[in-house]
Amino acid sequence: MTYTLEGNTGTWEVVIGLEVHAQVISQSKLFSGASATYGGEPNTQVSFVDAAFPGMLPVINRECVRQAVRTGLGLNAHINLVSRFDRKNYFYADLPAGYQISQYAHPIVGSGTIEIELADGTSKPIGVTRLHLEQDAGKSLHDQSPTKSFIDLNRCGVALMEIVSEPDLRSPEEAGAYLRKMRTILRYLGTCDGNMEEGSMRADVNVSVRHHGEPFRTRCEIKNVNSVRYVMLAIEAEAKRQITVWEDGGAVQQETRLFDVARGITRSMRSKEDAHDYRYFPDPDLLPLVLEEDWVAALRTQLPELPDAKKSRFMHQFGLPVYDAGVLVAEQATADFYETLATGRDPKQAANWMMGDFFAALNRTGRDIGNSPVSAANLGELLDLMADSTINGRIAKEVLEEMVETGETASAVVARKGLRQVTDTGAIDAAVEQVLAGNPDKLAEFRGGRDKLFGFFVGQVMKAMAGKGNPALVNEALKRRLG
Amino acid sequence: MMAGSSMFDLTLAQARAALRARKISAADLTNAYLGAIEALNPELNAYITVTPELARAQAAAADAALARGEHAPLTGIPLAIKDLFCTEGVRTTAGSRILSNFVPPYESTVSGNLLRDGAVFLGKANLDEFAMGSSNMTSAYGAVTNPWSQPGGNARLVPGGSSGGSAAAVAARLALGATATDTGGSIRQPASFCGLAGIKPTYGRCSRWGVVAFASSLDQAGPIARNAEDCAILLGSMAGHDPKDSTSADVAVPDFAAACARGVRGLRIGVPREYRMDGMPPEIEALWQRGLGWLRAEGAEIVDVSLPHTKYGLATYYIVAPAEASSNLARYDGVRFGLREAGADLTELYEATRASGFGAEVKRRILIGTYVLSAGYYDAYYLRAQKVRALILQDFTRAFHDVDALVTPTTPSAAFAQGEKMDDPIKMYLNDVFTVPANMAGVPGMSIPAGLDDAGLPLGLQVLGRPFDEQTVFAVAATLERAAGFTALPSMRAGVRA
Amino acid sequence: MALDPATIHRIAKLARIRIEDWQAAQLEQELNGILGWIEQLNEVDVEGVEPLTGGAQMAMKMRDDVVTDGNIRDLVLANAPEREGVFYAVPKVVE
Ligand SMILES: [Mg+2]
Ligand SMILES: [Zn+2]
Repeated sequence: MTYTLEGNTGTWEVVIGLEVHAQVISQSKLFSGASATYGGEPNTQVSFVDAAFPGMLPVINRECVRQAVRTGLGLNAHINLVSRFDRKNYFYADLPAGYQISQYAHPIVGSGTIEIELADGTSKPIGVTRLHLEQDAGKSLHDQSPTKSFIDLNRCGVALMEIVSEPDLRSPEEAGAYLRKMRTILRYLGTCDGNMEEGSMRADVNVSVRHHGEPFRTRCEIKNVNSVRYVMLAIEAEAKRQITVWEDGGAVQQETRLFDVARGITRSMRSKEDAHDYRYFPDPDLLPLVLEEDWVAALRTQLPELPDAKKSRFMHQFGLPVYDAGVLVAEQATADFYETLATGRDPKQAANWMMGDFFAALNRTGRDIGNSPVSAANLGELLDLMADSTINGRIAKEVLEEMVETGETASAVVARKGLRQVTDTGAIDAAVEQVLAGNPDKLAEFRGGRDKLFGFFVGQVMKAMAGKGNPALVNEALKRRLG
Repeated sequence: MMAGSSMFDLTLAQARAALRARKISAADLTNAYLGAIEALNPELNAYITVTPELARAQAAAADAALARGEHAPLTGIPLAIKDLFCTEGVRTTAGSRILSNFVPPYESTVSGNLLRDGAVFLGKANLDEFAMGSSNMTSAYGAVTNPWSQPGGNARLVPGGSSGGSAAAVAARLALGATATDTGGSIRQPASFCGLAGIKPTYGRCSRWGVVAFASSLDQAGPIARNAEDCAILLGSMAGHDPKDSTSADVAVPDFAAACARGVRGLRIGVPREYRMDGMPPEIEALWQRGLGWLRAEGAEIVDVSLPHTKYGLATYYIVAPAEASSNLARYDGVRFGLREAGADLTELYEATRASGFGAEVKRRILIGTYVLSAGYYDAYYLRAQKVRALILQDFTRAFHDVDALVTPTTPSAAFAQGEKMDDPIKMYLNDVFTVPANMAGVPGMSIPAGLDDAGLPLGLQVLGRPFDEQTVFAVAATLERAAGFTALPSMRAGVRA
Repeated sequence: MALDPATIHRIAKLARIRIEDWQAAQLEQELNGILGWIEQLNEVDVEGVEPLTGGAQMAMKMRDDVVTDGNIRDLVLANAPEREGVFYAVPKVVE
């Protein structure tokens, strides 16, 4: 299932590499003691260090280092026990020091790899080139005044992990899968909340095109794309643009571009025109970052179970098919919910209920697993009530609707609405008699050989019992009476 | 109470003793110095900003503390603060027009340490712009005049730089001591030119937090004072680990003043043969030999050593320092503080602000620094300079295997006239040839006045020590000081022309 | 490696310092003098030498992840040449 684009001169392949900027979950900033939380009043989460006042100096936050190392471990990557910080020099309104502290020559994390899952059920390893720590910039607001840009430095200095992929991705779908997988891993690790709307995870997309078998051609970098869908759309738009350039006899220029969401096109970024000579050099305000091997080893043993490991465990331990396991591990909360639900119960039934009626009910009420009114224990009780024949499957669906609606437990709903399954054979027999008496014509047809009408009688008996009849006993009673 | 003029004859240590004995009051001492500033600063231009109200309030607090029998190491001692140290609520210019209106809302760690120890701040001392210079000619607030002049001559001399205001203030007795900073010699060279003692401690000994940065990997704060003991007292207050500076060393601050009395018996003193340079005036060579003789007489062993990369120190410095400066000075962009010139767009605003805010020498260094870091040139210049820097450090490390300290001249000449060497930057840069290597290696270095040249101008000898072994540096410097018996005074000083 | 006027202008642009043409000529002479003098470093054999990146020979200490700073908006904005409400203001930037 290779993705290609048709041009006038033949078939083009798209080559994509992603630079993900993931905001580290921490209380304070990478090099200052100001708060790193999202959404403060403008310029309140700013220290003199962040605003680059004269004589101010950076001091590194241990937690940000810890989170970067944990992320590296989660990406199966090499941890560099000695790394350093460099200055990336350029002038910009929201970059107070005139340089960003980043890691250029010696990043904290070296190469690693992640597996992405594709719609056709296959998976593909994607190389991670490196992960490094760096500072976020501030925010320029361009729409507050006709003549001015306003500067808010709250985000300035917040820790980012820049995670750079190899140019291993070959389609918008693969890029989307990579980003979703990256987000899942970061969330499992608790190192980034992965919230692309709030900008805590952003992607720079490097795109080039080529004919099959060719070496790489010139790439363009699309900056700061803030949703998985936009990344996929931007890749397609940029690839088509580049194909047109090449096929018209031109040459793609290496440059930084922006994705214009409204128009569905990419365009050149004027403000970055001359920003290509960053004059990186080691930041003389900071010393080499030296990690203890034992400290890294301890972090490795303390890592949570990650999605790939959990998925294969779910397949083995619970006998789940690959698709189900994939869906259930996509979010840590979902996986935890499932594991509680499945333990001591029929795991396949648990998966079916979760992925079917339960997810549908959550969806309908605009909720997710994080704010579900039904806990795993409560959903488990519902399955237990089915298992011990207190209610049947049909009633269970009705009970689940009520549970999602009201937050009541399964047994409370069953008791309040009198939904307990009828197993009294006398009551069942009476309902059977009533149905047969009410449908003499159907009875005659059945006797005449229309066996299929048996199902009709089962339905009518259940209806007469308001759905609460034990299906097996109703079947038995009808067989006995009609047999 | 003591008469006005004799108050100026007290060293810092003597003034401290007199204050503690309540023979003088901090208020009188401060007022005497404020009066001297009023009288002489218009001529010397040693201070950019004088803060009399603040000084009087601090002196009153010092007197109240002394009256209660409380005294910290510097209670009531009036000091000049180089205008590179941010002082809370007091304008801090770094000698630049671009910070002409900057009032820091914070106090640098070093000046804060001095306030903690009871010091009185008289004002902010003049300096070369952003500490870039060896003559104090590059200050946007005007040149500083050296209180020394050639007897009979009428040429105004430079006090050295960049801490020229600090040195001139202490030499002319407009302060009992001063803070200074040294990136390539900016404490030791002006101390030498003004007949004073000054120490650049080990890199990491004093916090850089709140000190306007020139070249972060070289900048170090230290004191300039009348003698070694006064320097020791000041450094004891200024130094100490600061968690706000990642390059600040977490090592204890020893009793530097006690080290001044140690003597040099049994010490091995190295004489680096590469410091004997072509064209060095014979009187400097003679002074050097005299100094070595004094040390030998006091029981030290004099040993020849080699620091083979000495001659490359300056060229290395003029890559490393401008490179770091070009980045450190990017923050002066007219957006959050300091000068702003109008521009139609942001780029024009930046370019206009920085063109008008920075002086010629600062621009020159920013451009050099930008160039040596730029694409295609980094390896040839910056990376190579860092490797030579490693070799310079290696020279010192090897030498200090063999000897306890090194003694050299501080400068290749005595103070020169204002306006001299201005046409050729390299000629000016050569002033720092003996001082720069210590910055490259991060080792401590001190200048101590050791004699006068034929024209009657002070000359200093430099003592270099192992990292964090300022005690030995003080021991050697104080021994030289006692032997030299340097008592000459500049013609222009408080109590004489006040 | 001598600087020509075009390079001087490019460097000045990178450093965001406006220079006039007459200054470029003077700077060309001064900077080339300095760079020529610096070239003496080419004599030094640096084969196999590890570059020395900083002044201090130690590893970096790390601070705890605690909010100890910020909430000083008035002080942070007090020196601003131009502010609009709670923001720094600059001429409009077009991306
Ligand atoms: Mg990028
Ligand atoms: Zn980045």
